[in-house]
Amino acid sequence: MKVLVAVKRVIDYNVKVRVKPDHSNVDLANVKMSINPFCEIAVEEAVRLKESGAASEVVVVSIGPKSVQDQIRAAMAMGADRGIWIETAETDLGALSIARLLAQVVRDEQPGLVLLGKQSIDSDNNQTGQMLAAMLDYPQATFASKLTVTGDEAEVTREIDGGLQTLALKLPAVVTTDLRLNEPRYIKLPDIMKAKRKPLAQTSPETLGVTPSAGLKLLSVEPPAERQGGVMVESVAALVDALKNQARVL
Amino acid sequence: MSERESMEFDVVIVGAGPSGLATACRLAQLSSDRQLDLSICVVEKGSEVGAHILSGAVIETRALDELFPDWKERDAPLVTPVTRDQVYLLRDDQNAWSLPSALVPRTLHNEGNYIASLGNLCRWLAAQAEELGVEIFPGFAATEVLFGDQGQVIGIATGDMGVGADGEPKDSYTPGMELLARYTVFAEGCRGQLGKVLQQRYDLAAGVDPQHYGIGLKELWDVDPALHEPGLVVHGAGWPLQNGTNGGFFLYHQENNQVAVGLIVDLDYDNPWLSPYDEFQRVKQHPVIARYLKGGKRVAYGARALAKGGFNALPRMHFPGGLLVGCDAGTLNVAKLKGTHTGLKTGMLAAEEIVEAIGAGDQGGSDLAGFDARLRGSWVHEELYATRNFAPALHRLGILGGGALNYLDQNLVGGKLPFTLHDRTPDDARLRPASACSPIDYPKPDGVLSFDKLSSVFLSNTNHEEDQPCHLHLADPSIPVERNLPEFAEPAQRYCPAGVYEIVDDGAGPRLQINAQNCVHCKTCDIKDPAQNITWVAPEGGGGPNYPNM
Ligand SMILES: Cc1cc2nc3c(=O)[nH]c(=O)nc-3n(C[C@H](O)[C@H](O)[C@H](O)COP(=O)(O)OP(=O)(O)OC[C@H]3O[C@@H](n4cnc5c(N)ncnc54)[C@H](O)[C@@H]3O)c2cc1C
Ligand code: SF4
Repeated sequence: MKVLVAVKRVIDYNVKVRVKPDHSNVDLANVKMSINPFCEIAVEEAVRLKESGAASEVVVVSIGPKSVQDQIRAAMAMGADRGIWIETAETDLGALSIARLLAQVVRDEQPGLVLLGKQSIDSDNNQTGQMLAAMLDYPQATFASKLTVTGDEAEVTREIDGGLQTLALKLPAVVTTDLRLNEPRYIKLPDIMKAKRKPLAQTSPETLGVTPSAGLKLLSVEPPAERQGGVMVESVAALVDALKNQARVL
Repeated sequence: MSERESMEFDVVIVGAGPSGLATACRLAQLSSDRQLDLSICVVEKGSEVGAHILSGAVIETRALDELFPDWKERDAPLVTPVTRDQVYLLRDDQNAWSLPSALVPRTLHNEGNYIASLGNLCRWLAAQAEELGVEIFPGFAATEVLFGDQGQVIGIATGDMGVGADGEPKDSYTPGMELLARYTVFAEGCRGQLGKVLQQRYDLAAGVDPQHYGIGLKELWDVDPALHEPGLVVHGAGWPLQNGTNGGFFLYHQENNQVAVGLIVDLDYDNPWLSPYDEFQRVKQHPVIARYLKGGKRVAYGARALAKGGFNALPRMHFPGGLLVGCDAGTLNVAKLKGTHTGLKTGMLAAEEIVEAIGAGDQGGSDLAGFDARLRGSWVHEELYATRNFAPALHRLGILGGGALNYLDQNLVGGKLPFTLHDRTPDDARLRPASACSPIDYPKPDGVLSFDKLSSVFLSNTNHEEDQPCHLHLADPSIPVERNLPEFAEPAQRYCPAGVYEIVDDGAGPRLQINAQNCVHCKTCDIKDPAQNITWVAPEGGGGPNYPNM
C-alpha cells in the first residue's frame, strides 16, 4: 500500500509571531520555518506504517515556493521515499485550492491512505483533510490518536469532545492526525544525506489542471491585545465588585 | 545505550558562523579548482543557520570581496551602505558630547562598510556553500572532540538526542554520531565549548595573555519611518557605565525601518552588583538613543559574549588534525569593533592550508604549522598587530581632542591598550567582594523603552526541550550558595542576560535554581563565574535561541 502525506511549511512553533507594521500579514522574513507539527506527526505515522510492513511506499507532497523543498527533504530524512513539489508562489492558497490540488495528486498517485495534519498551526483552518475526502468521496477520520491498518481496512481512534471514538474505514481513506498519535523521531545525520538523493518531482497547478481560486482575501492582521498587568484585591467583596464592574464578567 | 555510528569526511567544520562558513566555501572552491573532490561537512547547534548568530553589525567586506568577488550579483544581504558615523560621549542621563567627525578615530570610520544582519549573511553564505556541495547540518551540536591514538584530533561527536533530565534514554533516544575527518576546523565563535577543551589539551594559549571578553546585548526595533535614517551608525561610551567599567553602545539604522541597538559591557568589571542587562535597559533612556526608538516597537532581543583580547591574547591556532578559526581563537579587531571580516579571512586561510596539505598527499592528522606563516602573511595579522599601535595614536588624538576623546579612547575603542594589553588578570578574577562595592539601584522598566528580563528572553525565541539534562554544569554544586553568595552576592543572577540563575529561598535556606530553558547561549557564565565552576555545554541540538535578522 502506498501512503501519501501532505506537509505544509509553517513558521516554527518556537518563534514569536510578529505582525508586519503595515498589518498586511505576519512577518516571515528570515524567521525559522518548519514542517507543521501535525504534518510531521502524519509523516512519522506513515513511516511507522512502512516500518511495520503495513505500507510499501511513503510519498510526501507539499505546495508552495521553492523553499518548501526543505520540508519535503526533512520528511524524506524521516523516512519518506519520494517527494512531490507543487510549485506555487505562496503556501497559503486557502484550504479549498490546496484540497483541489491534493485531490489531483491522489487521482494520479492512487494511494491506499492519505495522511494529513488536522490543521496547520499558522492559519488553524482545520479544513483541508475534510474537503479532500469530500472531493474524492473517500471515507475520513479526523483527529486521529491511534491508527492501525489491516488489509484494506483502517481502524482509527479519534479524539472527540466527550472522549474517544473508534472508527473502521474502508481504504482508500483520508486520515488527519492529532497531537497524541505519536512522537516524531529525531532525524539522523546520515538520513539527511540520504534524503538529498531521494527523488523529488516538481509539478504545478497548470500541469495538474487545477486553477487555484482566490476565494478568500486577507484584509488585515492584528496582534492579540497586550495582556494587562494583574491587580491585587483586598477582600472577597472587592473581588466580586471588580469582576462585576471592571471585568464585567459577572 | 547503543553504539554510535560514524561517518567519514575529508573536513568537518564545527559552527556555521561567518568563520566556519568561509572555511567551507573556500574549501569547496579550491577543491573544485584542484579537482580534489573533498567531502566537507558543517555542524551547527542552532535549529537553522543564523538562529544563534547575534552581532551588530557593521560589516567590512574585505574578506567577502576575496571569497565571492561577485557577492552583489549573488544577492548577498548587504544592502545598506554606511552613510554617516556619529560618536558620542554620554556625560549623564541627559547630556552628551558629540565628537566631530574629524576627531573620530580612523578605525571607527565606516565609509564603505555595510549595516547588515550577520545572521542573514550567514544564511546566505550557507546557501552558497550548499551550492558548492558542502553538507550543512543545523540542529546538531558537536559535544566531544575525538582523539586518535597519536593524540591527534580525528573528528567530533554530535550529542545524543532524547536523553531525559535524569540522564536516562527516553523512547525517542537517538545516539549521537561520530564525524571523522582528516582535518577538523573549530569555528564555534567566542568561548567555544570544544575550543576550550583544545586550548587546554594542546596548551594553545601558552605564553599569551589571558583572553578578555565583553558581553553584548542587543535589540532590534521597528522604528517610526520618519525617524529612520538608513546607513546611520552611532557609537558611544560613558554613562551609565562608571567607575572603570568599560563598554559602549551602538545603534545602527538598517534596512526595513529597523534599528539595531545594543550595549557591550567588558567582562573585566569589578562590581558584582553590576547587571549588564539593566545597564542596557538604562542606556536606551538616553535622548541620544531614545529619540530614534520613540514610537517604535521592540521585535527581538538577545545577547552574546565577544572575545576582545586581540593580538596579545591570540592562541596558537593549529594542532594535530585541526585548526581553530575566528572568534573561537579570538580574531576580533577591538579597535574596529569588528570580528566578521577577520573571522571570514581566518576561515579562508584555514581552507587554503588544508587544501595545500591534502593536495600534497597528506592523509590527515598532521599539525598544520604552516598556518602560522599564512596568518602572518595576511592582512588579518597586519590589522591585529596594528591594533597595538592604534592605542598610542589615539592617545595623541586624545590629548588634542581633550578629555572627551581621552575618555572615549579609554572606554570605547580600547585606547588604553598599552596598559590593558599585558593585563594578566582574567575577567573571572576581577570581582571585588560584594561588601566592598555599592549595590546599583536600577530603575524599574517603563515598558516603553526598557523591559524586564523575562519579556526580553521571550523575544529571543529561545527554547529547549524541557526533559533533558541541564546543560550548565557546576563542577561543585555547593559553590554558588556556599561561596559565591556570601562573597559576591552570586553575580550570576545579574550577569546572565536571560535570568537563568536565580537564588531562591523556599524556607529551607537559599539555593540556586537554574532555569536552563531560558539560556540564549551567550557563554557569559562560563567566562565570568568567579569560581570558574560553571561549564557551558551544548544542550540537545536545535535548542537555544531562534534569532531572526540578528
Ligand atoms: C553585540 C555584538 C556586536 C558586534 N558587532 C560587530 C560588528 O558591527 N561588526 C563585526 O564585524 N563584528 C561584530 N561583532 C563580532 C562578530 O559578531 C563576531 O566576530 C563573529 O560573529 C565571529 O564569527 P565566528 O564565525 O567566529 O563565530 P560566531 O559568529 O559566534 O558563530 C559560531 C557558530 O558556531 C555555532 N556553534 C558553536 N559551538 C558549536 C558546537 N559545539 N557545535 C555546533 N555548532 C556550534 C554557533 O551556534 C554559531 O552559529 C559583534 C559581536 C557582538 C556580540
Ligand atoms: S546561562 Fe550562561 S550562557 Fe546561558 S544565557 Fe545565561 S549567562 Fe548566557
